[in-house]
Order: sequence, then C-alpha cells, then structure tokens
Amino acid sequence: MISPIPPAFVFIIGALVISFLRGNLRRGVMLLLPVLAFIDLLQLPAGNSWVVSFLGQELVLSRIDRLSLIFGYIFILIGLITTIYALHVEDTLQNMAGLMYTGSALGVVFAGDLFTFFIFWELLTVFCVQLIWGRRTKKAEGAGFRYLLFHVVGGLVLLAGIVLRVNHTGSLAFSLIGLDGGPGSLLIFLGMGINCAWPFLHTWLSDSYPEATITGTIFLSAFTTKAAVYALARAFPGATPLIWLGAIMAGFPIFFAVIENDLRRVLAYSLINQVGFMVCGIGIGTQLAINGAVAHAFNDILFKGLLFMTMGAVMYRTGKINATDLGGLYRTMPLTCLFCIVGAASISAFPLFSGFVSKSMVMDAAGSEHLRLIWFILLFASAGVFHHAGIKIPYFAFFSHDSGLRPKEAPLHMLIAMGLAAFLCIFNGSFPHFLYSLLPYQPVGYEPYNFPHVLAQTQILFFSALAFALLLLSGIYPAEIRCINLDADWFYRKGGRLFYRLADVCFNTLNRVCDQWLAKGLTGGINQFCRHAPARISAWLLLPFYRLVAPGGADASRRFGKAIQDAFDNGVIPIGLSAAISGLFLLVLFYLK
Amino acid sequence: MTSKPTEEKTYLFDKPKNVKRVFIFFYSALVVLLIAEFFVHKHPHFPWEAWWGFYAVYGFVACVLLVLAAKYILRPLVKRPEDYYD
Repeated sequence: MISPIPPAFVFIIGALVISFLRGNLRRGVMLLLPVLAFIDLLQLPAGNSWVVSFLGQELVLSRIDRLSLIFGYIFILIGLITTIYALHVEDTLQNMAGLMYTGSALGVVFAGDLFTFFIFWELLTVFCVQLIWGRRTKKAEGAGFRYLLFHVVGGLVLLAGIVLRVNHTGSLAFSLIGLDGGPGSLLIFLGMGINCAWPFLHTWLSDSYPEATITGTIFLSAFTTKAAVYALARAFPGATPLIWLGAIMAGFPIFFAVIENDLRRVLAYSLINQVGFMVCGIGIGTQLAINGAVAHAFNDILFKGLLFMTMGAVMYRTGKINATDLGGLYRTMPLTCLFCIVGAASISAFPLFSGFVSKSMVMDAAGSEHLRLIWFILLFASAGVFHHAGIKIPYFAFFSHDSGLRPKEAPLHMLIAMGLAAFLCIFNGSFPHFLYSLLPYQPVGYEPYNFPHVLAQTQILFFSALAFALLLLSGIYPAEIRCINLDADWFYRKGGRLFYRLADVCFNTLNRVCDQWLAKGLTGGINQFCRHAPARISAWLLLPFYRLVAPGGADASRRFGKAIQDAFDNGVIPIGLSAAISGLFLLVLFYLK
Repeated sequence: MTSKPTEEKTYLFDKPKNVKRVFIFFYSALVVLLIAEFFVHKHPHFPWEAWWGFYAVYGFVACVLLVLAAKYILRPLVKRPEDYYD
C-alpha cells in the first residue's frame, strides 16, 4: 500500500503525466485522476500530516478537518464532472491547466500553513489564466491579462499581509486570524477579498469568465471564488464587515444581470450574487451561518457549474451566446434545456432543489441574529436571482422567440456530465441530511422542510415569475440589446488608456524637446563649432595680412577663406600657413596675458 | 411564448393551446399558494413575516422594482456599443 499523498499532488503529477499521452489513453487517465484523488483523500489521516521543515518553519501540506474535507470532496467531484464534460477537448494546454487548477484548489484547501497556502493560491491564478487564454481570441487575451494583473496585485497584498503577520506572531500557522491582528491581518483579509470578488473588486470575474473557453469556464466557476470562501471561513469567521460586503455582493449584480446580453456574463453576475450569500454567512459567524455558507458553496459549485455547462453546450452547438442570437432551442436540445431548468430551479432555491436547503440556512441565521436590513437585502437578492438566473437564462436560450436555429442535442459526454450535476442538485435538495452530515459544525440541527418555509419560498418564487411574465407581456421588460454594459472595470480599462495617453503626451513631448534642443541643437552646435572653429579663426587672423599682400576685394577674401577651409577639411595645410597661424596665435596669447 | 412554426415539424410550444395550458396552470398555482397560507401555522423571526401574503407581495414588488431600476436607471448609465473597448 502506497502511503497517501496530499490530493493536490495527484492532480499535479497527473497533469504532467497526461502531457505525454494522446487520445483515449489521455482521456482515460484524466478520468481516473479524480477517482484516485478521492481514494487518496479517504486514506489521509485526520489532522496535520506531510509536515515539512522549511527555513526553520514547519509547512503543513495536509490538514484534514471537517471544514477542509467538505471543500476537498466538492472540488474533486466537480473536477470529475468537468473532466467528463471536457472529454472532447484535445488541447494539451487546456487539459493540463484544468487538472493543475483543480490540484491548486485542493492545495489551498488542505494547506495548514500560510506559505503553502500562498503558493497554491498563486498557482490558482497561473492556471486559471491559461484557461482564459486557451480560447485564443483577442478579447480573451485582453481579459486574461487584466485577470492576471488583478490577481497578481491581490497576491502581493496577501503576501505582504502574510509577511507582516509572520513577523508579528512568529508563526506560519493558517488558522483563525481575525481582524484585530493589526495591518497584517487586514492585508490578508483584503487579499482574500480580491479572489472572493468583493464589490468593486469583482470586475475580474464578470470580465474574464465569459471570455474563457467553453469548458474552462466550468473550472473557473468552481474554484477561485470558492477557495476564497473557504479561506475566509477558515481565517475570518464572524468578521462583521463581511456581513455587509456579502449583502452588497448578493444585491448589486442582479441589476447588471437583468440588462446583460451575454448569457455567460449573466451567470458570472449571478455567481457574485451567490458568493454574496456565502460571504454574508461567514460574516454572521454563528454555527448555523457558517454551516449554511459552506453548504451553499457546495451546492453552488454544482448548480452554477451545471448552468455554465448548459450554456457551454449551447455555445458549442450554435457558436452563439448572446440572448439576442438565441431562442427556441428547446425544440432540438430538450435534454440540455431540462438540465438548465434543473440548474435554474436549484439556484433559485425551489423546494426539492439544492439551493433551497443551503441558502435558507444563511437567511435563517440572519433572521436569528435579527439583522433586519440584511435579511431584506438577502430576500430581495433571492427574488432577483430567480428573476435573472432562474428565468432569464432558460427562457432566452431555450424558449422566447424562435431564433430559427436547430442545433443538434449536446454530445453524449456533455449530457452525462450535466446529468450527473443535475442529479446531485436534486439529490442534495431532496435529501439534505447527507450534505448536512458533511458540514463543519455537528449536529446541524436545521430542518429546511417545514410547511411555512416551503410555502413562503414558493410564494416568493411564483410571484417573482408573475412579475416577469406580466412585464414581458406588457413590453416593459427591457429588450435584449446588442451592447456592453460598463462596470467598475471602466476605471482601469479606460483609466489605463488615459494613463497611457497622458504618459504618451508627457514623455514623448519631453523626449522630442530634448532631442531637438539638446541632442540636435546643442550637440550639433558644439560639433559645428569644433569642426569649423580652427579654419574660421585662422581665416579671421590671416585675412588682414592677405589683404596687405593681395588686395582684390570681397570676392578674393571669400576665396581665401574657402581655400583655408578646404585646407583644414582635407588636412593639407601648407607648412608656411601653419607656422604663420602658430606665430600669430602665440602673439595673441602674449598680448592677452 | 413561442410562435412562428417555420419548419414542417411542430414542437410543444408551437401550439398556442399548450402555451395557454402553461399559463392556466401557473395562475391557478398562484391562487392555491395564497389560499394555502390560511392553513399555515407560522413561527417567524420578524413580525411582518406573519402578515398574509407578505412573501408573495415582496417577491412581486422586488422583481418589478428590479426590472424598472435596471431598465430606466442603470441601462442609460452604463449602456455602450459593443466595440466600446476595442
């Protein structure tokens, strides 16, 4: 029996191995890796193992406790589902990046010290960018660079925080940090917040996720933000700013989602909205709230992955993703449509679907703490998410006006992946106690299925649907328009250009002036002077004598000057002339003394 | 909902009858949900949760406000042509 290794390395070593394989062998190994990782994870002992000494500190590569374990399970599970979904992709870059990305996410989750945590945190960014660039379009290239810059800054903030903290406490341990640990802990908080897509720091997400490859987006939707949710749950449970940050995250993206035309961008906004519920739960910090945040992360990875998969299948078959180009696809893609509706029902928290059993835990925790305003915002966000992700996505893609497109049903492997995710959404929603048994705080002691709760949630959803139907029938619902909508990334996308132009004007003008006056003017002047001065001075000194011996007017004088100039230029100065000049020069010096 | 039977084959919602059925089911569900509330014993966190029809009204009003705000406030502010950043 081989001793178990940290599951991150199963994926990372596996990714290196598959780069040497081709065709079905590569596919087989890629499918095997999540299974191996899962078996491996089951073998790992609880608590810290794989403790490595490094520069006088102890690095913990495997810290198994209830919090890390549930994130580990879901990351491996979505790794498997996404690998099935992406079986048609024969692109070594994407294949490797997907596996490495999954491995990095597992590394983050099982890291027991801040150094290991930081390394895997940065690897997340590195491999994520490959999945964006893998699309190989100009837009994807730009979005990837912006993603990279954003996360490199975030990583540096995090690193600065870690350095300050280690310096302050002398310990690398990655555990409860809290906000009262000075600037170090605040920087760590901010660094995690950037990956968590806090308000105004969220633009990397809505900018880049819709530009990534069809299969890459599924990976993207699962790992970076949820790893950040894990990190916050580990280090900052009960940090009160998170309550408001989470509520704002849950609230504002739904306005953007309503007017957005690119359906994958609609999903990106609803991803921020769902992460808002998790962040808010972590901020509330009670056992129920943390359990709710973790359970919601678990479910969100599945239903958001499912929704991105259905939109990916539509894109794969039609090559289009804008609501203006789609519609009526239920005719020829009925299974994809059905899976999309399951995902939509789950994200909207319909009873018997997964969102219902986890989102309501966060809502209930907010209610128990009597956070009135927060509760209202979250309720508004619940109605809103149904509106844009629950109705808009399936409606505009599969129903609405008939686009005339009659694509084939999604390929079999995609259907299997979507079916698996859809099954798990319904299973978690209908039998929540299995999911609850995995949550960090036991016993969970929460029962989602009671008559008033089911009725209240069904009412809110059905009457939201009524609002949608009436607005649509009356023509008030905003028509889908080919356009883009500005977001906070305007500041650095346009601001970056303004900076570029300002720098262009300032520095290039300076450069031109210097070139003209200093390089050409001054140096040229000195050059000219040095070149012509000997001849001119000589001519000037000798001319009076020449006039004495050979009078001939201005014309003759000019010819004499030119002769001297030629003599100097060609280096053929008669000896008599040199002697005369030297003598005169000495005379001048003598009198000047 | 859907119309324009452009192909010889007609699909589920190409028939207006089926669309009508969906709407009849939907409207009756709304009525049932409101009536069912009379038979519920609630244990709310907040007093307004006990009001009859609170969730129904909140869901409806929230969505109408959401759409109106997005259409008439947000869209005029942020809408740009597709090649704005190119």
